[in-house]
Amino acid sequence: MSKKILAAPYLLWMAGFIIIPLALIVYYGLTDKNGAFTIANVASIGTPEHVKALWLSLWLSLVSTAICLVLAYPLAMILRNRGIGRGSFIVFIFILPMWMNFLLRTMAWQTLLEKNGVINGILSLLHLPTQSLINTAGAIILGMVYNFLPFMVLPIYNVLCKIDDDTINAARDLGANSVQTLLRIWFPLSVPGVISGITMVFVPALTTFVISNLLGGSKILLIGNVIEQEFTRGSNWHLGSGLSLVLMVFILISMAVIAKYDKNGEGSAF
Amino acid sequence: MKKNLVLYALATVAATFFLSACGGSAGGEASSAAGPEPDGAGSSDELYVYNWGEYIDEEVITRFEEETGIRVVYDLFETNEEMYPIIEAGAVTYDVVCPSDYMIQKMIENDLLAEINFENVPNVDQIDPAYMEMAQSFDPDNKYSVPYCWGTVGILYNTKRLEELGVAPPAKWADLWDEKLSGEILMQDSVRDAFMVALKKDGFSMNSTDEDELQKAKQDLIDQKPLVQAYVIDQVRDKMIGGEAAVGVIYSGEMLYIQEEVANLGLDYTLEYVLPEEGTNLWLDSWVIPKNAKNKENAEKWIDFLCRPEIAKANFEYITYPTPNKGAFDLLDEELQNNQSVFPDTESLVNCEVFRYLGDEVDGIYNDLWKEVKSN
Repeated sequence: MSKKILAAPYLLWMAGFIIIPLALIVYYGLTDKNGAFTIANVASIGTPEHVKALWLSLWLSLVSTAICLVLAYPLAMILRNRGIGRGSFIVFIFILPMWMNFLLRTMAWQTLLEKNGVINGILSLLHLPTQSLINTAGAIILGMVYNFLPFMVLPIYNVLCKIDDDTINAARDLGANSVQTLLRIWFPLSVPGVISGITMVFVPALTTFVISNLLGGSKILLIGNVIEQEFTRGSNWHLGSGLSLVLMVFILISMAVIAKYDKNGEGSAF
Repeated sequence: MKKNLVLYALATVAATFFLSACGGSAGGEASSAAGPEPDGAGSSDELYVYNWGEYIDEEVITRFEEETGIRVVYDLFETNEEMYPIIEAGAVTYDVVCPSDYMIQKMIENDLLAEINFENVPNVDQIDPAYMEMAQSFDPDNKYSVPYCWGTVGILYNTKRLEELGVAPPAKWADLWDEKLSGEILMQDSVRDAFMVALKKDGFSMNSTDEDELQKAKQDLIDQKPLVQAYVIDQVRDKMIGGEAAVGVIYSGEMLYIQEEVANLGLDYTLEYVLPEEGTNLWLDSWVIPKNAKNKENAEKWIDFLCRPEIAKANFEYITYPTPNKGAFDLLDEELQNNQSVFPDTESLVNCEVFRYLGDEVDGIYNDLWKEVKSN
């Protein structure tokens, strides 16, 4: 009984900060300015501008997720094989930037990529032609990969750490070479971590609007930007909520995928 | 009109990961330590102020509190559009708010504002009658608002960079369509301001509701997009100081800061401000009292206090946006009074207009067209 009482603050928290805001979004998303029921807000995802923004968001976040996976898997392998001592120091170094505000780090990239920024400064010092880096789709992908890479590394690393060395040794004893061990042993056993990493990168990348604003110069309109604009500039909370509901579908899909492949919660990040 | 990118940044960071958390209200809450209670008792020693970021000398708030014994609860907003639904919903009641021209008109039309009792605001005499007249374009009888800051929107250009590109200094909006300026243009990232540039270029009113005119303006903005380096708001200032772009569309109020900064940094280029020939947006931010205000008399005391010449001067020196306060203007150095970037001659403002509220429907059309521009 007493244990149940201990859960009360959490339930209050959930009601106040998760359920009520979500209910408000559903309410706003399914009503018009006069409070009458409508599905026009949700259906407006079909307008050419919104479709374009959604596809662009899907495409950019898919690319970033793929890059994150390619970078993170070998890194997680290295971290795991280094053992606890040195490994945990590297993990620490890796998590360190996450203690700094996400936005400040993205703004720092602005300074790096700008026309008169650090990277172009070095290039011109070496008498190399300067590059236009900022305000491109590439800059947005870079921002996404940079910001969300830890969310890919940590779940994979956690899963890899739980794989018993004996399993690997057994594979080697039975004559599997390194590639076979990787493909037949390491990878299948790390799928929960990979799936969890993919969703933890894909979902925030899909919904971001700050990265595309700061590194894309607002020239590239993602679905997150559309929603943000509806709230802060268009005063149209109904349309913004309606589009948020559409995005929630993607989040629900990824939750379903996690539930399917990561039944025991092995792939959690922390 | 708003300077504080960091505030915006902090407000939005929470919404980044979970977009479902609504960005609009996050902006309002995060900007201040103490938000007003939704059902706060209407005790007479409190005043809930809702203003733009970095739009007052904080010292002035302290002086007001000391002098009147009224406790000021001060909240910030970043855009008119973000402020409006919060006042309209009335869940949070503010006593005094500082919106822009067209938004004041919208609030009047939707019956959200209370008439100011000018008997409690004797210092309103200090406001230059020219600005009271200007305010009549959105507040016909000067019943609801008291002007606080005004300004223009113009083109800021980097003399040295333009020379390198072989482009003459811009004199009109059409110069922002020069292909030699490819990647060198900073445009304003807001619907009305962006359309103002295109509409004015084509010789239309910036309050146009004509479908053909709007379509033409939209097409112009789409044509211009490849030349634009970025659509930004507050960053125009810093990017121009940093030499990132050759020309930028900017609010005149930033000019004093820019001029000082260029001098302090000892840069080898100068930044000049020009009011385009075709005319531009003349804007006015004014104090208004919402109808549901609980401390109306305190709000009037606040407005009166801000109209005092020495207080208006202190605020002007802090925010550097031109003051409509005649008394404060007279207290300024002659050099500053003659600074054309800050206080342009009335002759140069002939073609200028004040934004008007065009109705929700037309606002929606503008928003849709802007989305087309942005997604193109």
